Amino acid sequence: MTDRGNLFWLPSKPADFAAQLTAAQADDGPLAPRLRALAAHALDINGLNRLAKVLRKARAEGRALTPLSPFRLGVLSNSTSSLVAPAIEATGLRHGFALEVVEAPFGMVVQEALDPESVLASSEVDAVLIAIDVHGAALKETPGDPEAAEATLTAVLGQIALIRQGLRSHTRATLIWQTMARQPETLFGSFDYRLEGTHRWLVDQLNRRLVDSLPDDELLVDVAGLAETIGLDAWHDPVQRNIGKLPFAQQWAPIYAEHVVRVIGALRGKSRKALVLDLDNTLWGGIIGDDGVDGIVIGQGSALGEAHLSVQQSALELHGRGVVLAVSSKNEDATARLPFREHDDMLLKEDHVAVFQANWIDKASNLATIADALTLGRDALVFLDDNPAERLQVRGALPEIGVPELPADAAYYRRALNAAGYFEAVAFSDDDRKRSGFYKENAKRLQLQSSAGSLDDYHASLQMVATFQPFDSLGRARISQLINKSNQFNLTTRRYTEAQVGEVEADPSRFTLQARLADVFGDNGMIGVLIADCSADAWEIDTWLMSCRVLGRRMEEAVLGELVRAAREAGAARIVGRFIPSDRNMMVARHYEKLGFDKVSEDASGESLWSLSVADVVLPSLPMQIIRLGAGPAEA
Amino acid sequence: MASSMSEIEIYEKLTPVFRDVFDDEDLTPTAEMTADDVEEWDSLSHIRLILSIEKTFGIRISTVEVGGLKQVSDLVRVIASKTDAA
Repeated sequence: MTDRGNLFWLPSKPADFAAQLTAAQADDGPLAPRLRALAAHALDINGLNRLAKVLRKARAEGRALTPLSPFRLGVLSNSTSSLVAPAIEATGLRHGFALEVVEAPFGMVVQEALDPESVLASSEVDAVLIAIDVHGAALKETPGDPEAAEATLTAVLGQIALIRQGLRSHTRATLIWQTMARQPETLFGSFDYRLEGTHRWLVDQLNRRLVDSLPDDELLVDVAGLAETIGLDAWHDPVQRNIGKLPFAQQWAPIYAEHVVRVIGALRGKSRKALVLDLDNTLWGGIIGDDGVDGIVIGQGSALGEAHLSVQQSALELHGRGVVLAVSSKNEDATARLPFREHDDMLLKEDHVAVFQANWIDKASNLATIADALTLGRDALVFLDDNPAERLQVRGALPEIGVPELPADAAYYRRALNAAGYFEAVAFSDDDRKRSGFYKENAKRLQLQSSAGSLDDYHASLQMVATFQPFDSLGRARISQLINKSNQFNLTTRRYTEAQVGEVEADPSRFTLQARLADVFGDNGMIGVLIADCSADAWEIDTWLMSCRVLGRRMEEAVLGELVRAAREAGAARIVGRFIPSDRNMMVARHYEKLGFDKVSEDASGESLWSLSVADVVLPSLPMQIIRLGAGPAEA
Repeated sequence: MASSMSEIEIYEKLTPVFRDVFDDEDLTPTAEMTADDVEEWDSLSHIRLILSIEKTFGIRISTVEVGGLKQVSDLVRVIASKTDAA
C-alpha cells in the first residue's frame, strides 16, 4: 500500500517514457521543464539512468538548462557508488536541480579527503556526500570487551575527523554525512543490543556519536532510518554485495537518491512551505454538505474517525514546525467552516488555517489564488486530496504543485504524506517556529490595511522597529539560510556556503548588513541581507535580498538609507546596483529604478546595471524606528 | 509462475527489459548476444539487468546462476527453469 521503495506517491511512469525522452532531446525548445516533468514520476533505476544520460549529454553539449539550479555533488564512498550516481542526478531534476555527481576514486575515502589535489578539491563541488557504509567502517567486533569496543569507536571517529578536516581545508563544500544501516544478523540475538563490542552495539554507538559531533553547517542523510523503514532484510542483499560490493540492494537506489536530494533541496531552499488540504474524506470521513456536523466521521469513536484524526494530526504537527496550512474545498464557505467551529473532535481549528478557500471554483484556480495570497511560488505548495480526479486536474494545470498519490485507505494518508518528504528541513530555528503565525498575521495585516485609511496611516499603525547591524557570527547561520533560500526578492541570486559567509563577514573591503523587523504583531526576525563591495569611488551591491513578508512597508528604502549613510561616511561617490534576472525574481526588475537609481546599461539577457550618486540622495523620514547595532567583539 | 513460458514468450518479455536497461529502443536480444555486443553492457548495467529480469519475471537468480551467465541464451535458460510448472 505504501511501498516507499517504489515511490508510490508519484504517478506511474508513462508507457511512452522513452519516446517522450527522445522527443524532448530532439526538440529545440527548453529542455529543462520537460526533463523535470518526466522526473516527476515513480522511476526505477533504469528510468533514472536514461534520464541522467540525457541530462549529461545536454550539459556536455552546452545546452541551456534554465531554470534548473546547478549543483555539483562530490561523492566519497568505500563501496560502489557508480550505480547510484545517475540515480542522484536524475532525481535532482525532480527537485529543480541540474545536478552533477563527481565520484572520487572508489574506496579511497580518507586519502581523497586529505589530498589537496584530489578530484573533489579540484572540482569546485558545492557539497560532498561522505557515503561510508557499515561494510567499510572498520568496526571490529569485540563482544564483551568494552575497552576494545571504545578503542574501535575512537579509531573510526578519528577517521571521520580526519575526513572532515581534510575536506574543510581543501574544499568549500557543505559536508553531508550518513548514518549506517545495521545488519540484520546478530551474534547472540536480542542480547547484541546490550553487549558492548557486538556489531549492533558498535553501529548504534557510532551513529549516535557521529550525529552528536556534527557542526551546525554539516548535514545528515539518515540512511539507517531509511534502511529500517524499508526493512534490513530487504536493504542488505548478500548476493549483490558478493557480486559487486554494492552497499545496499540497488532496487533501493531511487529512494536512496530521493533522500539524498531532499537534503540538498532543503539546503537550497527548495523544500515546500505550505500544505493545502481538501476537506471531505480527507480531513474527515463523509461529506459535510450532505452529512452535516453530526454525520461526518472524525474522532476516537471509530477506526475511520481515528484515520482522519491522524491526517489532522499530521497537519497540526507541520503547522507547529512553521509549515503554513490552507484549505481548498468544494463547499459553501459557511458549511465548510462548521466542523472547525462546532465539532468537538476536530484537532484543527480555523485559527490554524492561513487561507480558507471553500467555493465551487475548480481546485487549480483556488490553489493559484492561495499561492498568491501567501506570496509563495506554486512549487512551495503541497495539495492533499483523497479524490484522484481532483489530483489529476491540479497536476495537469499546475505541475509545480506537489500532489501526492494516496492509497485508497485513509489510515495510510498520514504515512503517504510523510513518505513523500515535501517538507524536508535541515535546521529548525526560532524564526521557523514563529513563521506559520506570520502568514496568518500577514492576512490580518491585509485586513488592517484596508481599514486603516491611507497607506501612511497603515504603516504608522504597525509600530515598526527595524534593527540593522553588520554580519556577525551569531547571525551567520540565518544569513546563509536566507542567501540560499531567497528566490523572489533577490537582486542577483548569488549563493554562498556558510564558510563563504564567514569570509565575507571578516572582509574589511565589504559592507554587510543584516536587517530585522518587529511590529505590532510580533518579531519577524531577520528579513534582509545586503553585501556591498567597497572601492574608493563606488560601492557595488553584490547581494540584496529580502523576505517577501515585509514588502510594501518601505523597508527597501530603510536598507538603502543605511547603505547611503555608510557610503557617505566612507567618502564613496556612487552606489552601483546590478539586477541579474532569474525565473523567480522578476518582481525586483525595477527595484533600483524605484529607488531613484539611473540605469547605466542592460544586456540581451536582461541583466542591468544601475548607479546612484550618493551626494544627490535625500533620505526620507520613514514610518519606523531604526536601531543600529555595531559589530560585536571579534568571535572565533 | 503457474504455467511454463515458451522461449518465444520469454524473448518477447525480455526485449523491453533490454531496451530499458541498455537505453536502446532498437535493441533486440538474441541467443548468442553477449556483453561484447552491446555498448552499454558493463558490470554495472549487468546488475541492473539482473534486477530488472528478477522483477519482470518474478524470480530470484541465485549466486551460482549469476556466475554462469555468458550469453543471452544462458539467461533465457535460467528464466525458463524458474517459470516451469511444478
